Amino acid sequence: MASYSVQEKTIKNILPENTLRTFVPQEEVARVIKPAPPRYRNEIAKYVVHRNLNCKRCGKCAEVCLYKVHVLKPGYKYFAEPKNYLCIGPTCEKSGHYCVTKCPQGALEVKENPMYKTLGDFRWPADLILATWKMAETGDVPPEEYGYDYECGNSGGGFDRLRFKFPEKPPVKLNESEVDTGISLNKRDDGRPKIKIDVPWYGGGMSFGSVSNVTQLSKARAAVAWNTFTCTGEGGYMERMRPYDDHVITQVATGLFGVREETIQRVPIVEFKYAQGAKPGLGGHLLGDKNTPAVARMREAVLGISLFSPFPFHSVYSIEDHAKHIDWIKHVNRRALISTKVSTPTDVDMVAVGSYSAGTHIVHIDGGYGGTGAAPDIAKKNIAMPIEYAIGKVHNFLADEGVRDKVTLIASGGIRSAHDVAKAIALGADGVVIGTAELVALGCVRCSRCESGRGCPRGIATTDLELSKKMDVEWGTQRIINLYNAWRKVLVRILQQFGMRSISELRGRTDLLMHLDYTNEVEAENER
Amino acid sequence: MPEKYHIKTQPVPPRRPRIGKYGVVDWREDCARCHNCVKKACVYDRYRQEADYIRNLSDVDALFFDCMGCFSCVQDCTKGLLCMSVNPVYENLGNSYWTPDIIKTTWLQAETAKIPVSGAGYRGPFAGQGFDSMWTDMSEIVRPTRDGIHGREYISTSVDIGRKLSFLAVDGEKATTSLPPLVSIPMPLILDMAFPAHALPQLDAIIKQTAVNTGLIAILDSRHWAGDDEQLEHIAFYLGPDSPDVPKEALRKTLLVEISDSGKVIERIKELKKIHPQIVVAVRVELTTEGVERAIKLAEFEEIEVIHIAADANGNEIGSTSSLQVGAKKPQFIKDMTRHIHTTLIEKGIRDEITLIAGGGVALPEHLAKEIICGADLVTINLPLLISLECHLCESCRPGMVCPAKLEKIDFDYGVGRMTNLIAAWHDQLIEVMGAMGMREVRRLRGDVGRAMFFENLEEETFGKLFGSRKND
Repeated sequence: MASYSVQEKTIKNILPENTLRTFVPQEEVARVIKPAPPRYRNEIAKYVVHRNLNCKRCGKCAEVCLYKVHVLKPGYKYFAEPKNYLCIGPTCEKSGHYCVTKCPQGALEVKENPMYKTLGDFRWPADLILATWKMAETGDVPPEEYGYDYECGNSGGGFDRLRFKFPEKPPVKLNESEVDTGISLNKRDDGRPKIKIDVPWYGGGMSFGSVSNVTQLSKARAAVAWNTFTCTGEGGYMERMRPYDDHVITQVATGLFGVREETIQRVPIVEFKYAQGAKPGLGGHLLGDKNTPAVARMREAVLGISLFSPFPFHSVYSIEDHAKHIDWIKHVNRRALISTKVSTPTDVDMVAVGSYSAGTHIVHIDGGYGGTGAAPDIAKKNIAMPIEYAIGKVHNFLADEGVRDKVTLIASGGIRSAHDVAKAIALGADGVVIGTAELVALGCVRCSRCESGRGCPRGIATTDLELSKKMDVEWGTQRIINLYNAWRKVLVRILQQFGMRSISELRGRTDLLMHLDYTNEVEAENER
Repeated sequence: MPEKYHIKTQPVPPRRPRIGKYGVVDWREDCARCHNCVKKACVYDRYRQEADYIRNLSDVDALFFDCMGCFSCVQDCTKGLLCMSVNPVYENLGNSYWTPDIIKTTWLQAETAKIPVSGAGYRGPFAGQGFDSMWTDMSEIVRPTRDGIHGREYISTSVDIGRKLSFLAVDGEKATTSLPPLVSIPMPLILDMAFPAHALPQLDAIIKQTAVNTGLIAILDSRHWAGDDEQLEHIAFYLGPDSPDVPKEALRKTLLVEISDSGKVIERIKELKKIHPQIVVAVRVELTTEGVERAIKLAEFEEIEVIHIAADANGNEIGSTSSLQVGAKKPQFIKDMTRHIHTTLIEKGIRDEITLIAGGGVALPEHLAKEIICGADLVTINLPLLISLECHLCESCRPGMVCPAKLEKIDFDYGVGRMTNLIAAWHDQLIEVMGAMGMREVRRLRGDVGRAMFFENLEEETFGKLFGSRKND
């Protein structure tokens, strides 16, 4: 059950009983960290181990290897294929446990995997993908010896050029238990629940249709375990999500697919999606191939046709219209917080203040480099500004207007790692929404084939019955729980280095950041 | 409802084998023949298709590159024998400006006429040079300048070419000013001449027919005119210094003509107007180091109606390759040169009287929109048309060299179909970005930099305040 402190006595006097709680018994999911090994036989690795015919199967390699790369199963005559993804490469030599040098026959060779450069892209380099897999597998920060550069991507700008200026030693020594990574989502004193989540992020909206129900359920269950939220996206509300209602945000987007008063009443947070970072100004896309019978039923749409949400809300043409929308939801669900998800145009700061004045609790800004199940390529790169620019702009404008502490600012669209989370918060956000990172944890390789045909060949962003079976809910849940745990650990380490007891202390602390492309001597330059 | 601009398209499959980004799957020895990869892992059924393909192979250089890069077969292989790599043929497409990704997406649009759609988020660099250093804006909840809520079908992409008057003289209810001729085309795009190195005998006829099919205008060097005088309203003859004159009867059937810049440009315009008073004359100004100032100067003459500024193929100042030398000045890019010309003409109070056509470096539909935002009324393209015919941009167009796309053998209908499809896809994408911006008229997009965000401005506003000066700027 979510740990929000509802002022129930006050609310019960004014609200109908049926909007205070979901009717469905809520399922608990334990926050247990345990190994969730890769689901593919050959996990992609940075290094590959070759064993030649000189091998006498003496077992020395298995004996010396600290990482269990070499496996000779009991009763088997030959070694199994080496678990390359566990190998740390030639740096192992320093440890004195390097199989290549220890092999009496000289039968082993370790080389960089030639396939490595085919994985990843500028925003998600191979190192970041592999590190995310490792975190999802172990629940821990990847060991240093693997040499993964997982703090940022390789895009050459934004978060990837920002670094923290850590003090030589922490001003205060803090234990992990003394650091609070939770944030409050309701900063308005309006009698609605003071919802607090344990980590400064929640899962982004992914509709049933864009992803499988296994993916949706895995996200939801992980949200329960971490006392945070996931979002239905705009494709309707699966009945199978109901045991997790208390940790679900349902989305009201321009297509209104599957939106009913009853679904709005299920949840503690309702999100208006005005725009999406990956396709600002265009509305949602679900290509016809993925509109299967189950999806069509859920969305109350015709089977097999492409579904395009309109842009914009044809009932919203001003902040006053937006306020009417918010009033509508607040009336339908009298315990819900309202989130307003917008993209990042030039005037995103005005939009944010306007949205606050209309009554929203959460302003969710989604930057231009965000994820999607399908979007025109022209929209992904060219429309609206990256989130790194928008966060400070909105944060400062809200502060100038005197309302910064009355609204929660959530950023998304290119948050790939715990370091991105920390940088976004240092730029001025209260927290973030993540999406692609969760999918990478489930085994996504970012091949960009989610949009059509049977959808994702990896069984994540698909509605194909056969492909969906490539992953089960238990495994998916554990992978995301593990990823969250690793991210939280990284975040705690950052806060410990700054001697901060709470993530909220980091908010807006741009003085703790530096940019690799700048002189970082702003005060000296101003004085001159 | 009035008839809307619509380009008729139909799929035109490639003549040559597809060149995918991935696809060289190395199948090492020791295969267990379990067929896990073949039968199960590939959801795209590529292994079977490859076998069929090889069975019917017609060209020895035609390998099968259609892997989707999902790694499923690689990761599911029982013995871990498969390895995927980037296709070296793909990596060799184009050059540093006309990247393999640009060429691939152009081929796709020429085949299908569809807007490229993909899953997952943006994969590229944060920002880049040229057109990659700006973003178009979009319209959110509060945007006082929005044109209003409208569907795609209400967005107009038509533009006028010619000189516009700054005022009308009126006598009573009758205008006494004689109106200069204007040419209207349904999309701000002109099909430019191919570069001499890429000229093919059959290309001009294909481009002309594409202009007819799309309702646009193609510029044709009069040296290459075959003498046919059908549908000349879709042709703008280019009269260069060495070009022969076009017969007067043929010229009178055209709406637009382009002349090269020279010291006698005003006299040349008067001569042409004498033959065909209703023709609109464009002056082509090559964007050499003096090109920008020359274009501004020309705009001050009242005889000048249209200026066509032309940068090199990569959008840079012409002749700037020498500037790659150490210490040389960085060449100006077309978007910046266009902005400078546009804003200078505004300051002089003459911008609205002139039509500004810009070309060079326009490789993608977003470049079309961005170039208009920077101040051009229309944009020209030539290389994308060539690429639509499966050109690799390998620059092997010399005697004795083999064209990998076999462009010398292209069929007329194939060429027209591919080019028409490409333009249709570009038109749809122009409408997409205009819809996102809340714009209903492409004419109003011209020079509206308020609908764009520039890298240098955003960096300064966001990080400049926090971190001081940007290094190496």
